[in-house]
Amino acid sequence: MKRFTLIGLKGIVLALYFIVMAFPLYWITITSLKPQKDIFSVPLQYWPKTLTLDNYVNIFKISKFHVYFANSLIVAITAAVIVMIIAILGAYVMARFTFRGHRQIMLAFFATQMLPGFISLAPLYLMMSDMQLINNRFSLVLMYTVTLIPFSTIMLRGFFQRIPSSLEEAAMIDGCSRFTALLRIIMPVMLPGIASTFIFAFVQNWNELFLAVMFIDSEPLKTLPVAMNSFILKFDVNWGAMSAGTVLSVIPTVLLFAIAQKFIVSGLTQGAEKG
Amino acid sequence: MNNRKLFIVLSLVPALLLVLVFTCYPFFKGIVMAFQEYKLFDLNNVPFVGFDNFKAAFDDPKFMHALTNSAYWVFVSLFFQFVIGFALALLLKKPFRGRGIYQGFVFYSWALSGFLIGMIWKWIFNSQMGPVNDILMRLGIIDERIGFLSDPKWAMVSVIVANVWYGIAFFAIMLLAALQSVPGELYEAADMDGAGTVRQLFSVTLPYIMPTVITTTLLRAIWIFNDPTIIYGMTNGGPAGSTHVLSSFMLDKIIYAGDYGAASAVGVIMIGILLLYTIFYLSVTRSEKVGDF
Repeated sequence: MKRFTLIGLKGIVLALYFIVMAFPLYWITITSLKPQKDIFSVPLQYWPKTLTLDNYVNIFKISKFHVYFANSLIVAITAAVIVMIIAILGAYVMARFTFRGHRQIMLAFFATQMLPGFISLAPLYLMMSDMQLINNRFSLVLMYTVTLIPFSTIMLRGFFQRIPSSLEEAAMIDGCSRFTALLRIIMPVMLPGIASTFIFAFVQNWNELFLAVMFIDSEPLKTLPVAMNSFILKFDVNWGAMSAGTVLSVIPTVLLFAIAQKFIVSGLTQGAEKG
Repeated sequence: MNNRKLFIVLSLVPALLLVLVFTCYPFFKGIVMAFQEYKLFDLNNVPFVGFDNFKAAFDDPKFMHALTNSAYWVFVSLFFQFVIGFALALLLKKPFRGRGIYQGFVFYSWALSGFLIGMIWKWIFNSQMGPVNDILMRLGIIDERIGFLSDPKWAMVSVIVANVWYGIAFFAIMLLAALQSVPGELYEAADMDGAGTVRQLFSVTLPYIMPTVITTTLLRAIWIFNDPTIIYGMTNGGPAGSTHVLSSFMLDKIIYAGDYGAASAVGVIMIGILLLYTIFYLSVTRSEKVGDF
Protein backbone atom coordinates (compact mmCIF):
# COMPACT_ATOMS: atom_id res chain seq x y z
CA MET A 1 0.00 0.00 0.00
CA LYS A 2 2.79 2.39 1.00
CA ARG A 3 4.71 1.43 -2.10
CA PHE A 4 1.67 2.16 -4.23
CA THR A 5 1.26 5.71 -2.92
CA LEU A 6 4.97 6.36 -3.42
CA ILE A 7 4.69 5.45 -7.10
CA GLY A 8 1.60 7.65 -7.38
CA LEU A 9 3.46 10.53 -5.75
CA LYS A 10 6.36 10.10 -8.14
CA GLY A 11 3.98 10.17 -11.08
CA ILE A 12 2.34 13.36 -9.83
CA VAL A 13 5.69 15.11 -9.32
CA LEU A 14 6.93 14.08 -12.76
CA ALA A 15 3.66 15.21 -14.34
CA LEU A 16 3.88 18.57 -12.56
CA TYR A 17 7.43 19.07 -13.76
CA PHE A 18 6.35 18.14 -17.26
CA ILE A 19 3.70 20.85 -17.17
CA VAL A 20 6.15 23.43 -15.87
CA MET A 21 8.62 22.60 -18.65
CA ALA A 22 6.00 22.39 -21.38
CA PHE A 23 3.97 25.45 -20.49
CA PRO A 24 6.28 28.23 -21.78
CA LEU A 25 6.63 26.59 -25.18
CA TYR A 26 2.89 25.82 -25.27
CA TRP A 27 2.00 29.39 -24.31
CA ILE A 28 4.24 31.04 -26.92
CA THR A 29 2.95 28.60 -29.56
CA ILE A 30 -0.74 29.24 -28.91
CA THR A 31 -0.06 32.97 -28.72
CA SER A 32 1.45 32.76 -32.19
CA LEU A 33 -1.69 30.97 -33.44
CA LYS A 34 -4.25 33.38 -31.93
CA PRO A 35 -5.77 36.28 -33.84
CA GLN A 36 -4.39 39.63 -32.61
CA LYS A 37 -7.59 40.53 -30.75
CA ASP A 38 -7.61 37.23 -28.84
CA ILE A 39 -4.02 37.70 -27.73
CA PHE A 40 -5.09 40.85 -25.88
CA SER A 41 -8.52 39.73 -24.69
CA VAL A 42 -9.57 39.01 -21.12
CA PRO A 43 -10.12 36.37 -19.82
CA LEU A 44 -7.00 34.72 -21.20
CA GLN A 45 -7.65 31.82 -23.53
CA TYR A 46 -5.60 28.85 -22.36
CA TRP A 47 -7.24 26.85 -25.09
CA PRO A 48 -7.49 29.16 -28.13
CA LYS A 49 -11.01 29.65 -29.54
CA THR A 50 -9.86 30.45 -33.06
CA LEU A 51 -6.64 29.37 -34.68
CA THR A 52 -4.99 31.39 -37.43
CA LEU A 53 -1.69 31.59 -39.27
CA ASP A 54 -2.03 35.39 -39.60
CA ASN A 55 0.94 36.09 -37.34
CA TYR A 56 3.16 33.84 -39.43
CA VAL A 57 2.02 35.50 -42.65
CA ASN A 58 2.48 38.86 -40.99
CA ILE A 59 6.06 38.26 -39.88
CA PHE A 60 7.10 37.52 -43.47
CA LYS A 61 5.31 40.72 -44.53
CA ILE A 62 6.80 43.13 -42.01
CA SER A 63 10.29 41.66 -42.23
CA LYS A 64 12.55 39.59 -44.45
CA PHE A 65 12.16 36.64 -42.16
CA HIS A 66 13.12 34.06 -44.78
CA VAL A 67 16.39 35.98 -45.39
CA TYR A 68 17.27 35.95 -41.68
CA PHE A 69 16.42 32.27 -41.50
CA ALA A 70 18.65 31.50 -44.48
CA ASN A 71 21.48 33.63 -43.06
CA SER A 72 21.31 31.78 -39.76
CA LEU A 73 21.36 28.44 -41.56
CA ILE A 74 24.36 29.40 -43.72
CA VAL A 75 26.42 30.76 -40.85
CA ALA A 76 25.52 28.05 -38.35
CA ILE A 77 26.14 25.14 -40.72
CA THR A 78 29.35 26.50 -42.27
CA ALA A 79 30.92 27.27 -38.90
CA ALA A 80 29.82 23.92 -37.46
CA VAL A 81 31.35 22.01 -40.39
CA ILE A 82 34.66 23.88 -40.16
CA VAL A 83 34.85 23.48 -36.40
CA MET A 84 34.27 19.75 -36.75
CA ILE A 85 37.18 19.33 -39.16
CA ILE A 86 39.53 21.30 -36.94
CA ALA A 87 38.34 19.78 -33.68
CA ILE A 88 38.37 16.17 -34.91
CA LEU A 89 42.04 16.46 -35.84
CA GLY A 90 42.91 18.26 -32.62
CA ALA A 91 40.89 15.92 -30.43
CA TYR A 92 42.35 12.81 -32.04
CA VAL A 93 45.89 13.99 -31.34
CA MET A 94 44.98 15.05 -27.80
CA ALA A 95 43.42 11.64 -27.15
CA ARG A 96 46.11 9.42 -28.62
CA PHE A 97 49.40 11.19 -27.91
CA THR A 98 51.06 12.79 -24.95
CA PHE A 99 53.63 15.46 -25.66
CA ARG A 100 55.14 18.59 -24.19
CA GLY A 101 52.41 21.19 -23.67
CA HIS A 102 49.61 18.59 -23.79
CA ARG A 103 48.34 19.38 -20.31
CA GLN A 104 48.70 23.13 -20.86
CA ILE A 105 46.61 23.01 -24.03
CA MET A 106 43.82 21.12 -22.26
CA LEU A 107 43.92 23.57 -19.37
CA ALA A 108 43.85 26.55 -21.74
CA PHE A 109 40.91 25.08 -23.66
CA PHE A 110 39.14 24.44 -20.40
CA ALA A 111 39.89 27.97 -19.18
CA THR A 112 38.24 29.49 -22.27
CA GLN A 113 35.00 27.92 -21.06
CA MET A 114 35.29 29.50 -17.62
CA LEU A 115 36.37 33.06 -18.26
CA PRO A 116 33.89 35.85 -19.02
CA GLY A 117 34.13 35.85 -22.81
CA PHE A 118 32.48 39.25 -23.20
CA ILE A 119 35.69 40.95 -22.16
CA SER A 120 36.85 40.09 -25.71
CA LEU A 121 33.76 41.53 -27.37
CA ALA A 122 35.05 45.07 -27.86
CA PRO A 123 38.57 44.03 -28.98
CA LEU A 124 36.99 41.57 -31.42
CA TYR A 125 34.78 44.31 -32.83
CA LEU A 126 37.87 46.47 -33.38
CA MET A 127 39.75 43.54 -34.97
CA MET A 128 36.87 42.80 -37.31
CA SER A 129 36.54 46.40 -38.36
CA ASP A 130 40.31 46.55 -39.00
CA MET A 131 39.91 43.49 -41.19
CA GLN A 132 36.90 45.12 -42.92
CA LEU A 133 34.73 42.21 -41.81
CA ILE A 134 31.92 44.21 -40.23
CA ASN A 135 28.68 43.44 -42.05
CA ASN A 136 30.25 40.39 -43.57
CA ARG A 137 29.01 36.88 -42.77
CA PHE A 138 32.59 35.64 -42.72
CA SER A 139 33.20 37.40 -39.39
CA LEU A 140 30.48 35.30 -37.80
CA VAL A 141 31.64 32.06 -39.41
CA LEU A 142 35.17 32.78 -38.20
CA MET A 143 34.19 33.67 -34.64
CA TYR A 144 31.67 30.87 -34.22
CA THR A 145 34.32 28.42 -35.38
CA VAL A 146 36.90 29.79 -32.98
CA THR A 147 34.50 29.96 -30.04
CA LEU A 148 33.55 26.32 -30.41
CA ILE A 149 37.00 24.83 -31.01
CA PRO A 150 37.90 24.33 -27.32
CA PHE A 151 34.59 22.80 -26.28
CA SER A 152 34.31 20.57 -29.35
CA THR A 153 37.87 19.37 -28.93
CA ILE A 154 37.28 18.49 -25.26
CA MET A 155 34.06 16.68 -26.12
CA LEU A 156 35.42 14.77 -29.13
CA ARG A 157 38.53 13.80 -27.20
CA GLY A 158 36.26 12.03 -24.74
CA PHE A 159 34.67 10.06 -27.59
CA PHE A 160 38.08 9.14 -29.05
CA GLN A 161 39.26 7.90 -25.67
CA ARG A 162 36.44 5.39 -25.60
CA ILE A 163 37.65 3.77 -28.81
CA PRO A 164 40.55 1.36 -28.27
CA SER A 165 43.66 2.49 -30.10
CA SER A 166 44.28 -1.12 -31.16
CA LEU A 167 41.64 -0.45 -33.81
CA GLU A 168 43.74 1.94 -35.88
CA GLU A 169 47.00 0.23 -34.94
CA ALA A 170 45.75 -2.90 -36.65
CA ALA A 171 44.94 -0.87 -39.76
CA MET A 172 48.35 0.76 -39.68
CA ILE A 173 50.07 -2.63 -39.51
CA ASP A 174 48.08 -3.46 -42.63
CA GLY A 175 49.79 -0.52 -44.33
CA CYS A 176 47.35 2.37 -43.75
CA SER A 177 48.80 5.76 -42.84
CA ARG A 178 47.59 7.18 -39.56
CA PHE A 179 45.44 9.70 -41.37
CA THR A 180 43.80 7.06 -43.57
CA ALA A 181 43.23 4.91 -40.51
CA LEU A 182 41.57 7.84 -38.78
CA LEU A 183 39.40 8.56 -41.79
CA ARG A 184 38.45 4.99 -42.74
CA ILE A 185 38.47 3.07 -39.47
CA ILE A 186 37.91 5.46 -36.56
CA MET A 187 35.50 8.00 -38.05
CA PRO A 188 32.73 5.49 -38.80
CA VAL A 189 32.89 4.18 -35.21
CA MET A 190 32.87 7.77 -33.95
CA LEU A 191 29.82 8.79 -35.96
CA PRO A 192 27.42 9.18 -33.01
CA GLY A 193 29.96 11.30 -31.15
CA ILE A 194 30.69 13.40 -34.20
CA ALA A 195 27.01 13.87 -34.96
CA SER A 196 26.20 15.00 -31.45
CA THR A 197 29.14 17.41 -31.30
CA PHE A 198 28.10 18.81 -34.66
CA ILE A 199 24.53 19.31 -33.49
CA PHE A 200 25.74 20.94 -30.30
CA ALA A 201 27.91 23.31 -32.36
CA PHE A 202 25.05 24.06 -34.72
CA VAL A 203 22.69 24.86 -31.84
CA GLN A 204 25.23 27.21 -30.26
CA ASN A 205 25.79 29.02 -33.55
CA TRP A 206 22.08 29.21 -34.29
CA ASN A 207 21.42 30.80 -30.90
CA GLU A 208 24.37 33.19 -30.72
CA LEU A 209 23.31 36.79 -30.28
CA PHE A 210 25.93 39.24 -29.06
CA LEU A 211 28.75 38.72 -31.58
CA ALA A 212 26.14 38.92 -34.32
CA VAL A 213 24.68 42.12 -32.87
CA MET A 214 28.15 43.66 -32.78
CA PHE A 215 29.25 42.54 -36.24
CA ILE A 216 26.08 42.75 -38.34
CA ASP A 217 23.56 45.53 -38.74
CA SER A 218 22.89 45.34 -42.46
CA GLU A 219 19.34 44.12 -43.03
CA PRO A 220 20.10 41.43 -45.69
CA LEU A 221 22.88 39.89 -43.55
CA LYS A 222 21.09 39.69 -40.20
CA THR A 223 20.79 36.33 -38.50
CA LEU A 224 17.60 35.34 -36.68
CA PRO A 225 18.69 36.39 -33.18
CA VAL A 226 19.80 39.81 -34.46
CA ALA A 227 16.50 40.22 -36.28
CA MET A 228 14.49 39.18 -33.22
CA ASN A 229 16.53 41.60 -31.16
CA SER A 230 15.62 44.50 -33.42
CA PHE A 231 11.97 43.35 -33.53
CA ILE A 232 11.79 44.02 -29.81
CA LEU A 233 12.91 47.57 -30.35
CA LYS A 234 10.64 48.11 -33.36
CA PHE A 235 7.46 46.15 -32.63
CA ASP A 236 7.53 45.98 -28.86
CA VAL A 237 3.84 45.29 -28.41
CA ASN A 238 3.32 43.07 -31.44
CA TRP A 239 3.39 39.85 -29.46
CA GLY A 240 1.63 37.97 -32.24
CA ALA A 241 4.49 38.46 -34.69
CA MET A 242 7.11 38.13 -31.96
CA SER A 243 5.76 34.79 -30.80
CA ALA A 244 5.54 33.52 -34.38
CA GLY A 245 9.17 34.53 -34.88
CA THR A 246 10.15 32.82 -31.64
CA VAL A 247 8.41 29.59 -32.59
CA LEU A 248 10.05 29.55 -36.03
CA SER A 249 13.45 30.27 -34.43
CA VAL A 250 13.28 27.42 -31.95
CA ILE A 251 11.88 24.72 -34.23
CA PRO A 252 15.21 23.66 -35.84
CA THR A 253 17.17 23.44 -32.60
CA VAL A 254 14.43 21.77 -30.59
CA LEU A 255 13.97 19.16 -33.32
CA LEU A 256 17.70 18.51 -33.57
CA PHE A 257 18.03 18.29 -29.82
CA ALA A 258 15.15 15.84 -29.63
CA ILE A 259 16.80 13.63 -32.26
CA ALA A 260 20.30 13.70 -30.78
CA GLN A 261 19.38 14.06 -27.13
CA LYS A 262 20.70 10.64 -26.15
CA PHE A 263 24.11 11.13 -27.78
CA ILE A 264 24.56 14.67 -26.53
CA VAL A 265 23.71 13.64 -23.00
CA SER A 266 26.18 10.74 -23.00
CA GLY A 267 28.86 12.94 -24.52
CA LEU A 268 28.42 15.69 -21.98
CA THR A 269 28.12 13.48 -18.95
CA GLN A 270 31.18 11.32 -19.42
CA GLY A 271 33.44 14.18 -18.31
CA ALA A 272 31.47 14.38 -15.10
CA GLU A 273 31.66 10.64 -14.54
CA LYS A 274 35.41 10.82 -14.66
CA GLY A 275 35.18 13.68 -12.17
CA MET B 1 59.24 9.30 -35.03
CA ASN B 2 59.55 12.44 -37.11
CA ASN B 3 56.41 11.46 -38.93
CA ARG B 4 54.59 11.26 -35.63
CA LYS B 5 55.74 14.75 -34.63
CA LEU B 6 54.66 16.20 -37.95
CA PHE B 7 51.23 14.60 -37.63
CA ILE B 8 50.75 16.03 -34.13
CA VAL B 9 51.86 19.51 -35.15
CA LEU B 10 49.82 19.64 -38.35
CA SER B 11 46.69 18.41 -36.60
CA LEU B 12 46.93 20.91 -33.79
CA VAL B 13 48.06 24.01 -35.68
CA PRO B 14 44.65 25.15 -37.00
CA ALA B 15 43.00 24.84 -33.59
CA LEU B 16 45.82 26.45 -31.65
CA LEU B 17 46.45 29.24 -34.12
CA LEU B 18 42.79 30.27 -34.31
CA VAL B 19 42.32 30.15 -30.54
CA LEU B 20 45.54 32.09 -30.00
CA VAL B 21 44.67 34.87 -32.47
CA PHE B 22 40.92 35.18 -31.94
CA THR B 23 40.45 34.08 -28.33
CA CYS B 24 43.65 34.72 -26.39
CA TYR B 25 44.75 37.93 -28.10
CA PRO B 26 41.41 39.80 -27.77
CA PHE B 27 41.07 38.51 -24.23
CA PHE B 28 44.41 40.00 -23.17
CA LYS B 29 43.70 43.12 -25.18
CA GLY B 30 40.45 43.40 -23.22
CA ILE B 31 42.37 43.19 -19.96
CA VAL B 32 44.73 45.95 -21.13
CA MET B 33 41.72 48.09 -22.15
CA ALA B 34 40.58 48.06 -18.53
CA PHE B 35 43.49 50.39 -17.79
CA GLN B 36 42.77 52.71 -20.73
CA GLU B 37 40.22 55.36 -21.47
CA TYR B 38 38.77 53.54 -24.46
CA LYS B 39 35.56 54.87 -25.98
CA LEU B 40 33.90 53.91 -29.24
CA PHE B 41 33.48 57.52 -30.36
CA ASP B 42 37.14 58.41 -29.75
CA LEU B 43 39.14 55.40 -30.87
CA ASN B 44 42.26 57.38 -31.78
CA ASN B 45 42.71 58.70 -28.29
CA VAL B 46 43.08 55.84 -25.84
CA PRO B 47 45.42 56.96 -23.05
CA PHE B 48 46.37 54.74 -20.12
CA VAL B 49 44.58 55.94 -17.01
CA GLY B 50 45.78 53.48 -14.38
CA PHE B 51 43.00 52.28 -12.11
CA ASP B 52 40.54 55.08 -13.00
CA ASN B 53 38.04 52.70 -14.62
CA PHE B 54 38.05 50.53 -11.52
CA LYS B 55 37.60 53.51 -9.22
CA ALA B 56 34.74 54.73 -11.39
CA ALA B 57 33.11 51.31 -11.22
CA PHE B 58 33.25 51.09 -7.43
CA ASP B 59 31.97 54.67 -7.15
CA ASP B 60 28.99 53.82 -9.37
CA PRO B 61 25.96 52.72 -7.32
CA LYS B 62 24.67 50.84 -10.39
CA PHE B 63 27.81 48.72 -10.42
CA MET B 64 27.54 48.00 -6.71
CA HIS B 65 23.90 47.04 -7.23
CA ALA B 66 24.90 44.72 -10.09
CA LEU B 67 27.54 43.19 -7.83
CA THR B 68 25.05 42.25 -5.11
CA ASN B 69 22.53 41.18 -7.76
CA SER B 70 25.16 38.83 -9.22
CA ALA B 71 25.39 37.08 -5.86
CA TYR B 72 21.61 36.56 -5.73
CA TRP B 73 21.49 35.63 -9.42
CA VAL B 74 24.15 32.96 -9.01
CA PHE B 75 23.36 31.43 -5.62
CA VAL B 76 19.56 31.53 -5.64
CA SER B 77 19.45 30.19 -9.22
CA LEU B 78 22.05 27.56 -8.44
CA PHE B 79 20.32 26.41 -5.26
CA PHE B 80 16.97 25.78 -6.92
CA GLN B 81 18.48 24.37 -10.12
CA PHE B 82 20.48 21.90 -8.07
CA VAL B 83 17.77 20.85 -5.62
CA ILE B 84 15.09 20.40 -8.28
CA GLY B 85 17.54 18.84 -10.73
CA PHE B 86 18.72 16.36 -8.11
CA ALA B 87 15.17 15.45 -7.13
CA LEU B 88 14.35 14.89 -10.78
CA ALA B 89 17.43 12.73 -11.29
CA LEU B 90 16.41 10.58 -8.29
CA LEU B 91 12.92 10.16 -9.72
CA LEU B 92 14.28 9.22 -13.14
CA LYS B 93 16.88 6.77 -11.86
CA LYS B 94 14.72 3.65 -11.99
CA PRO B 95 13.61 2.80 -15.54
CA PHE B 96 9.90 3.08 -16.30
CA ARG B 97 7.90 2.96 -19.49
CA GLY B 98 8.35 6.14 -21.51
CA ARG B 99 11.33 7.34 -19.48
CA GLY B 100 13.42 7.99 -22.59
CA ILE B 101 10.75 10.14 -24.19
CA TYR B 102 10.08 11.95 -20.92
CA GLN B 103 13.79 12.77 -20.51
CA GLY B 104 14.10 13.93 -24.09
CA PHE B 105 11.19 16.25 -23.62
CA VAL B 106 11.88 17.83 -20.26
CA PHE B 107 15.50 18.56 -21.16
CA TYR B 108 14.65 20.54 -24.29
CA SER B 109 15.24 23.92 -22.59
CA TRP B 110 18.91 23.31 -23.33
CA ALA B 111 18.34 23.76 -27.05
CA LEU B 112 16.83 27.23 -26.62
CA SER B 113 18.80 30.45 -26.64
CA GLY B 114 18.85 32.42 -23.42
CA PHE B 115 17.59 35.38 -25.37
CA LEU B 116 14.43 33.59 -26.55
CA ILE B 117 13.91 32.09 -23.10
CA GLY B 118 14.02 35.64 -21.78
CA MET B 119 11.47 36.77 -24.36
CA ILE B 120 9.12 33.87 -23.67
CA TRP B 121 9.22 34.47 -19.92
CA LYS B 122 8.78 38.19 -20.44
CA TRP B 123 5.48 37.36 -22.12
CA ILE B 124 4.51 34.87 -19.38
CA PHE B 125 5.21 37.45 -16.66
CA ASN B 126 3.46 40.23 -18.59
CA SER B 127 1.44 42.27 -16.10
CA GLN B 128 -1.72 42.53 -18.25
CA MET B 129 -1.83 39.43 -20.46
CA GLY B 130 0.56 37.13 -18.62
CA PRO B 131 -0.71 33.77 -17.37
CA VAL B 132 1.26 33.99 -14.10
CA ASN B 133 -0.76 36.98 -12.96
CA ASP B 134 -3.93 35.42 -14.31
CA ILE B 135 -3.44 32.11 -12.50
CA LEU B 136 -2.46 33.77 -9.20
CA MET B 137 -5.58 35.97 -9.40
CA ARG B 138 -7.86 33.04 -10.17
CA LEU B 139 -6.44 31.07 -7.27
CA GLY B 140 -7.10 34.07 -5.05
CA ILE B 141 -3.45 34.33 -4.04
CA ILE B 142 -3.23 37.96 -5.18
CA ASP B 143 -5.93 40.63 -5.53
CA GLU B 144 -4.09 42.97 -7.83
CA ARG B 145 -1.89 42.27 -10.83
CA ILE B 146 1.81 42.34 -10.07
CA GLY B 147 4.16 44.16 -12.41
CA PHE B 148 6.64 41.32 -12.30
CA LEU B 149 9.03 42.99 -14.71
CA SER B 150 8.20 46.63 -14.06
CA ASP B 151 8.37 46.51 -10.28
CA PRO B 152 12.01 46.45 -9.09
CA LYS B 153 10.91 44.39 -6.07
CA TRP B 154 9.78 41.55 -8.32
CA ALA B 155 11.96 41.87 -11.41
CA MET B 156 14.98 40.07 -9.96
CA VAL B 157 12.77 37.22 -8.69
CA SER B 158 11.25 36.89 -12.15
CA VAL B 159 14.54 36.61 -14.05
CA ILE B 160 15.76 34.08 -11.49
CA VAL B 161 12.62 31.97 -12.03
CA ALA B 162 13.35 31.91 -15.77
CA ASN B 163 16.96 30.98 -15.11
CA VAL B 164 16.00 28.16 -12.74
CA TRP B 165 13.57 26.82 -15.33
CA TYR B 166 16.36 26.80 -17.89
CA GLY B 167 19.11 25.28 -15.74
CA ILE B 168 17.34 22.37 -14.00
CA ALA B 169 17.98 20.19 -17.04
CA PHE B 170 21.76 20.51 -16.71
CA PHE B 171 21.79 19.15 -13.17
CA ALA B 172 19.17 16.51 -13.90
CA ILE B 173 21.24 15.16 -16.81
CA MET B 174 24.59 15.24 -15.03
CA LEU B 175 23.34 13.90 -11.70
CA LEU B 176 21.28 11.19 -13.36
CA ALA B 177 24.40 9.93 -15.14
CA ALA B 178 26.29 9.98 -11.85
CA LEU B 179 23.49 8.17 -10.00
CA GLN B 180 23.47 5.44 -12.61
CA SER B 181 27.18 4.87 -12.04
CA VAL B 182 26.72 4.06 -8.34
CA PRO B 183 27.36 0.29 -8.00
CA GLY B 184 24.22 -1.63 -6.96
CA GLU B 185 26.21 -3.68 -4.41
CA LEU B 186 26.57 -0.57 -2.27
CA TYR B 187 22.80 -0.39 -1.85
CA GLU B 188 22.55 -4.13 -1.21
CA ALA B 189 25.11 -3.80 1.55
CA ALA B 190 23.28 -0.80 2.98
CA ASP B 191 20.00 -2.76 2.86
CA MET B 192 21.58 -5.58 4.85
CA ASP B 193 22.81 -3.11 7.40
CA GLY B 194 19.22 -1.95 7.69
CA ALA B 195 19.70 1.56 6.33
CA GLY B 196 16.48 3.20 5.16
CA THR B 197 15.95 5.18 1.96
CA VAL B 198 16.89 8.55 3.46
CA ARG B 199 19.90 7.10 5.24
CA GLN B 200 21.05 5.47 1.98
CA LEU B 201 20.74 8.78 0.17
CA PHE B 202 23.03 10.53 2.60
CA SER B 203 25.45 7.70 3.42
CA VAL B 204 25.77 5.93 0.07
CA THR B 205 24.50 8.00 -2.83
CA LEU B 206 25.72 11.48 -1.94
CA PRO B 207 29.28 10.51 -0.96
CA TYR B 208 29.63 8.45 -4.12
CA ILE B 209 28.49 11.18 -6.48
CA MET B 210 30.23 13.99 -4.57
CA PRO B 211 32.89 14.63 -7.25
CA THR B 212 30.12 15.19 -9.83
CA VAL B 213 28.22 17.43 -7.43
CA ILE B 214 31.30 19.56 -6.81
CA THR B 215 32.26 19.83 -10.49
CA THR B 216 28.76 20.61 -11.74
CA THR B 217 27.91 23.16 -9.06
CA LEU B 218 31.21 24.96 -9.65
CA LEU B 219 30.83 24.96 -13.44
CA ARG B 220 27.22 26.04 -13.29
CA ALA B 221 27.97 28.86 -10.82
CA ILE B 222 30.63 30.19 -13.18
CA TRP B 223 28.39 29.94 -16.25
CA ILE B 224 25.44 31.61 -14.55
CA PHE B 225 27.78 34.35 -13.35
CA ASN B 226 29.13 34.93 -16.88
CA ASP B 227 25.95 34.64 -18.93
CA PRO B 228 23.71 37.71 -19.26
CA THR B 229 21.51 36.44 -22.12
CA ILE B 230 18.34 35.58 -20.20
CA ILE B 231 18.42 38.92 -18.39
CA TYR B 232 19.14 40.73 -21.64
CA GLY B 233 16.15 39.12 -23.34
CA MET B 234 13.79 39.52 -20.41
CA THR B 235 14.44 42.92 -18.85
CA ASN B 236 17.63 44.23 -20.44
CA GLY B 237 18.69 45.12 -16.90
CA GLY B 238 15.58 47.16 -16.24
CA PRO B 239 13.53 48.57 -14.70
CA ALA B 240 16.03 51.35 -13.92
CA GLY B 241 19.00 48.98 -13.75
CA SER B 242 17.40 46.92 -10.97
CA THR B 243 18.07 43.54 -12.66
CA HIS B 244 21.58 44.20 -13.91
CA VAL B 245 24.15 41.63 -12.86
CA LEU B 246 27.85 42.16 -13.56
CA SER B 247 27.77 40.39 -16.93
CA SER B 248 24.74 42.29 -18.24
CA PHE B 249 26.14 45.53 -16.81
CA MET B 250 29.36 44.95 -18.75
CA LEU B 251 27.45 44.10 -21.92
CA ASP B 252 25.40 47.28 -21.53
CA LYS B 253 28.62 49.31 -21.32
CA ILE B 254 29.84 47.75 -24.58
CA ILE B 255 26.69 47.67 -26.71
CA TYR B 256 24.88 50.81 -25.57
CA ALA B 257 27.48 53.09 -23.97
CA GLY B 258 30.41 52.13 -26.22
CA ASP B 259 32.65 52.58 -23.18
CA TYR B 260 35.10 49.73 -23.71
CA GLY B 261 37.46 50.79 -20.92
CA ALA B 262 34.71 50.77 -18.30
CA ALA B 263 33.32 47.47 -19.62
CA SER B 264 36.76 45.83 -19.51
CA ALA B 265 37.31 46.99 -15.94
CA VAL B 266 34.07 45.23 -14.97
CA GLY B 267 35.33 42.16 -16.87
CA VAL B 268 38.63 42.16 -14.98
CA ILE B 269 36.77 42.47 -11.68
CA MET B 270 34.65 39.49 -12.76
CA ILE B 271 37.77 37.44 -13.49
CA GLY B 272 39.09 38.31 -10.04
CA ILE B 273 35.85 37.23 -8.40
CA LEU B 274 35.81 33.98 -10.37
CA LEU B 275 39.39 33.13 -9.41
CA LEU B 276 38.79 33.86 -5.73
CA TYR B 277 35.54 31.93 -5.75
CA THR B 278 37.06 28.92 -7.49
CA ILE B 279 40.01 28.75 -5.10
CA PHE B 280 37.72 29.20 -2.10
CA TYR B 281 35.24 26.61 -3.35
CA LEU B 282 37.84 24.00 -4.13
CA SER B 283 39.62 24.44 -0.82
CA VAL B 284 36.36 24.25 1.14
CA THR B 285 35.23 21.14 -0.70
CA ARG B 286 38.80 19.80 -0.48
CA SER B 287 38.55 18.37 -3.94
CA GLU B 288 41.68 17.58 -5.87
CA LYS B 289 39.79 15.70 -8.52
CA VAL B 290 38.12 18.70 -10.10
CA GLY B 291 39.57 20.13 -13.26
CA ASP B 292 41.72 17.07 -13.84
CA PHE B 293 41.50 16.99 -17.61
